[in-house]
Amino acid sequence: MIAFIIYKSILVFVVFLVSLGIAAYSTYAERKVAAFMQDRVGPDRAGPFGILQPIADGIKMFMKEEIIPTVSNKFLFVLGPSLAMLTALMTGVVIPWGGDLSFGGQVYPLQITDINIGILYVFGVVSIGVYGIMIGGWASNNKYSMLGALRASSQMISYEIAMGLAIVALVMKTGTLSLGEIVNQQNGDWWNICYQPLGFLIFLICAFAETNRAPFDLPECETELVGGYHTEYSSMKLGFYLFAEYINIFISAAIMSSLYFGGYNIPFQHLIPVGPNILAFLQVGFFFSKIIFFIFFFMWVRWTIPRFRYDQLMNLGWKIMIPLAIFNILATGIMMFALGKV
Amino acid sequence: MQLTDRKKVVVKKEMSFMEKLYLPAILNGMSITIKHLFKRSSTIKYPEQKREIAEVYRGQHVLKRDENGAERCTACGLCAVACPAEAITMRSEERRQGEENLYREEKYAATYEINMLRCIFCGLCEEACPKEAIFLTDRIVPTEFKRNEFIYGKDKLVEPVGQPVDVTCRQTKEVLSFKKDKTKYHNQTFKDQQLLEGSQNH
Repeated sequence: MIAFIIYKSILVFVVFLVSLGIAAYSTYAERKVAAFMQDRVGPDRAGPFGILQPIADGIKMFMKEEIIPTVSNKFLFVLGPSLAMLTALMTGVVIPWGGDLSFGGQVYPLQITDINIGILYVFGVVSIGVYGIMIGGWASNNKYSMLGALRASSQMISYEIAMGLAIVALVMKTGTLSLGEIVNQQNGDWWNICYQPLGFLIFLICAFAETNRAPFDLPECETELVGGYHTEYSSMKLGFYLFAEYINIFISAAIMSSLYFGGYNIPFQHLIPVGPNILAFLQVGFFFSKIIFFIFFFMWVRWTIPRFRYDQLMNLGWKIMIPLAIFNILATGIMMFALGKV
Repeated sequence: MQLTDRKKVVVKKEMSFMEKLYLPAILNGMSITIKHLFKRSSTIKYPEQKREIAEVYRGQHVLKRDENGAERCTACGLCAVACPAEAITMRSEERRQGEENLYREEKYAATYEINMLRCIFCGLCEEACPKEAIFLTDRIVPTEFKRNEFIYGKDKLVEPVGQPVDVTCRQTKEVLSFKKDKTKYHNQTFKDQQLLEGSQNH
């Protein structure tokens, strides 16, 4: 029992550190990708190729003066970024990072907890994430922050529906809500993307909207709303908001690759002549390469597509994504019925 | 009249189904951005890497010394008059006994200041100078944090003794003959003009 708790604590700590590390280096990668796509060089002064830039940024964030507006609600003002960060870090719990490790007859799964409603848990936590932005924007007592928060909450709520409906079709196909089980089913089989291409497309677009990334970054639309919901924030509280966004990208990349791209499964992994422990580490590496590809994809889209207008965003969400998701559920049902899998 | 061949006629027609999907257009855009990912950036990392500049580049000024190490400038003020940006100021002083090795002629510039924020690097000071004392060089004026650090005095402008700044590119035979050609209006003094007018009248 003690060993179990220690093992889980270590795993939690590692996942926590990896999430923060990936988020920190996402900021660096974002700037580099943006620079390369615009034929520039990007940050290259801090260390070789600017590799120490995230550390310099972090130090800068901590050193900045911390301003809490006098007219703001101080408790909620601090609660906002904390909540955003907390919910961003909480979702990593249910993601299966690799196959099982076994030492001395004892099995150590590389997943903190495989609850049987893993997907539902992720959705629940992500929905609480809206509160971080909403509380922060409201507590600032600034009309721009307020508008940013309003946009963020309405956008996240409307896209969550389409996202959930896209997942419903996937759950119909897999028959389970557990992430570990879904990944296991894709072992030695076609990845779910082959069965659910439309579902994946809807999920992808909604993931962009959920993480407030371009082209759906209206909540922090600089041209209209100064800085959006974090206009009044400074120092590390602002850093928390920006960090939470990158952690959310990391987590949604992980969820996308586990739901639709086989998770940690390497194609033809039963043919790789290594022991199960080494294979588990290979799987972790493969899983992370998928995640990094998706993070790159997020950035690639950001530096390609301009921002939506608010009415276009709502039209896309309610008039296209939701009907399309419902159609996807119907088509999946008909296919399953036709193939006799019900 | 057609000015370029890049004009594009805008047609406000109804979009087709494929166009309404937007996905082909998005994929097209993404293929363009990914192509740029592999293009070489044209950035020049300035302090380490310098842009190739012309031999006759007009950069930071230098006040030359003659072959004996005496300052050539006599504080005549022609450069300040010629300067369209009014960047040059100076104060002249008379040379004293025993300063012959320091200053070439009887009058010299006690202070000579160029405001590098005003200067437009046109080179008219160099053209106006009758003593070949001021030249523009291929050195780039460095950036500073304070405005008054851009006002360069004699400490920064006069070339150090024994380390002459090479200005031969800006002092070619053609330039020198152009500067000394008395038939050119800009080289004529009032006396020259009177002499010329006199010869034309005869």
